[in-house]
Amino acid sequence: MEPPERPSRGTFAPWDEPAAQPLVLFDGVTKRFGAETAVSDLTLAVYEREFFALLGPSGCGKSTLMRMLAGFETPSAGRVLLAGQDLAGMPPHVRPVNMMFQSYALFPHMSVEKNIAFGLEMDGRPRDEVGARVAEALRMVKLEGLAGRRPHQLSGGQRQRVALARALVKRPKLLLLDEPLGALDRKLREETQFELMALQERLGLTFIIVTHDQDEAMTMATRIAVMDKGRIAQVGTPAVIYEAPATRHVAGFIGEINLVEGTVSGCDGRRVTVATAVGDLTVADAADSVAVGQAVAVAWRPEKTRIVRAGEAISNGRAVISGTVHDIGYLGGRTTYHVDVTGLRLKAAVANAARSVERPIGTGEAVKLAVAPDALLLLVR
Amino acid sequence: MSERATRRTIILVPYLWLVLFFLVPFAIVAKMSLSQVATAIPPYVPTFGLADGPAGWLAKARELSLDNYALIAGDRLYVDAFLSSLRIAAIGTAILLVIGYPMAHAMARAPERWRPILVMAVILPFWTSFLIRVYAWIGILKPEGLLNELLLGIGIIGTPLQIANSETAVLIGVVYSYLPFMVLPLYATLERMDRTLLEAANDLGCPPWKAFWRITVPLSLPGIVAGSFLCFIPITGEVVIPDLLGGSDTLMIGKTLWTEFFSNRDWPVASAVAVLLLFILVGPIMVYQRQQARQMEAGR
Repeated sequence: MEPPERPSRGTFAPWDEPAAQPLVLFDGVTKRFGAETAVSDLTLAVYEREFFALLGPSGCGKSTLMRMLAGFETPSAGRVLLAGQDLAGMPPHVRPVNMMFQSYALFPHMSVEKNIAFGLEMDGRPRDEVGARVAEALRMVKLEGLAGRRPHQLSGGQRQRVALARALVKRPKLLLLDEPLGALDRKLREETQFELMALQERLGLTFIIVTHDQDEAMTMATRIAVMDKGRIAQVGTPAVIYEAPATRHVAGFIGEINLVEGTVSGCDGRRVTVATAVGDLTVADAADSVAVGQAVAVAWRPEKTRIVRAGEAISNGRAVISGTVHDIGYLGGRTTYHVDVTGLRLKAAVANAARSVERPIGTGEAVKLAVAPDALLLLVR
Repeated sequence: MSERATRRTIILVPYLWLVLFFLVPFAIVAKMSLSQVATAIPPYVPTFGLADGPAGWLAKARELSLDNYALIAGDRLYVDAFLSSLRIAAIGTAILLVIGYPMAHAMARAPERWRPILVMAVILPFWTSFLIRVYAWIGILKPEGLLNELLLGIGIIGTPLQIANSETAVLIGVVYSYLPFMVLPLYATLERMDRTLLEAANDLGCPPWKAFWRITVPLSLPGIVAGSFLCFIPITGEVVIPDLLGGSDTLMIGKTLWTEFFSNRDWPVASAVAVLLLFILVGPIMVYQRQQARQMEAGR
């Protein structure tokens, strides 16, 4: 997985400012459905103008979190605050929050125009203002010519844009997007990701997006909350989530990773040596403090791994692991080597910078994997 | 057999069925309606026989006339019976819609495991004969019946209500008998409706009661149309309910037809009434068919 590519947001980082007031605050929120706990004592702050992604596998509670914001579910315990105001007891139709549904939920008996106008009409806006704002919304999503169509006469991508226009036309403080691109094909999805980002930036709105697609979250979000079984495993910028995952779950969920279990054998400040099945690995900069004898894991990304033939030399200072190539995955832009090392299968991804390689490493060859100490991660949880 | 031939055969079967069991009987009735009543077996003239030959048929065809239709159009009794049938059917259908819609709505919103049981409960009355169920209403509605006994017992009324043998009784009978025909099509459309549409409406600032009128009702229109026609059309021609519950004051065309046919043995006039009833109902049936066809085209 490549580092996220996104338009620069300068030094936008309200979450690092102690004085900043969050727009959305989940304060110790728990949601139970019968005996099942969907969200468990969760605290999370989202700031104005953020493009915040809730990422996790299905059933992790991310949709429940969003439905509590929209008002379709009430927390079993804890508070949900919007701009400092407790949302408890406020029905969905009075919340200054709009949602784009995964199924789009377009009204099949209304034209595109009527669908978009619906929210404004409910607010009792004058007719000419409704007309002007609907026209503007249609322009924004590039659907000017389709105002009179019914939803069933539109393609999937067009429906998605109508749903977006309908949710945006009321200029909500907060827009919730529930798997907004899930029904689109890959190419359209990538285009739409950038359109959504540009739109959010231009309108200066706050977006919270629910997704199970890590690429989508990495591409679009200012920050990502990785969820697992009703809890937040980690909140951070895409780069932090990718480069410094806090737990084994986060490390495994975002991108590909090599993960080796072991025991701490040496500790020198933040420099930690771990005895593993593939030999001693020294982590240069451990985030958590550990004690000798503690069970931990060492992880590193495949693209931060060098792979050479067994006989070739490797610069000093790197952890070196010897193994045999089991399988090679050629992906065009890069090649992934699956290497067997004492019962483990590790991955090394190499960017294919040159058009052809004289003598490529083949399956079954003995190789050495080399990882720089600062590329190694120490995972305690 | 080629695919086309197979398809033709498949389409041919219902067409043959319709020609044999609808068009032919209708032609017989239509011919009868142009005949004159006579003391004979069958009780009308002319009757066409194979022995007559083409010349005989032509001569007999000249005897056919529109006299019966003129008689019906000129007699207030028949016109009133038609109008009162349509009125009772309209009122009955309106009441059915008002009662049936909330029922169907509640059924569609009930927990999923309850729904088959609720549908079963709606269908359950069909397990008893229609005639017996209408008879049972006589026992309930008559002056010394269950309803009056109950109301007198509680003390709500001082003298028995005169419901039996009135239009009210007919309406009660009609609403009772046709309720499943209203509830089931409504339930079918309401149950199919995507509930996130209501959430989307709420989310856009629409309170739930308004969402009912703006989203639920328009989307259940096919069910409303289907249920209404399934009730209105047979109620207009209803015989048993007005006969048992309506007494002599309630005029309905089905009863008039029955009387003409069995009491007066005036088959030609009875046939003319039947033909007219059919033409009156063809209008709404065609509206219904068009709606259904549009529904199919729109797809989902």
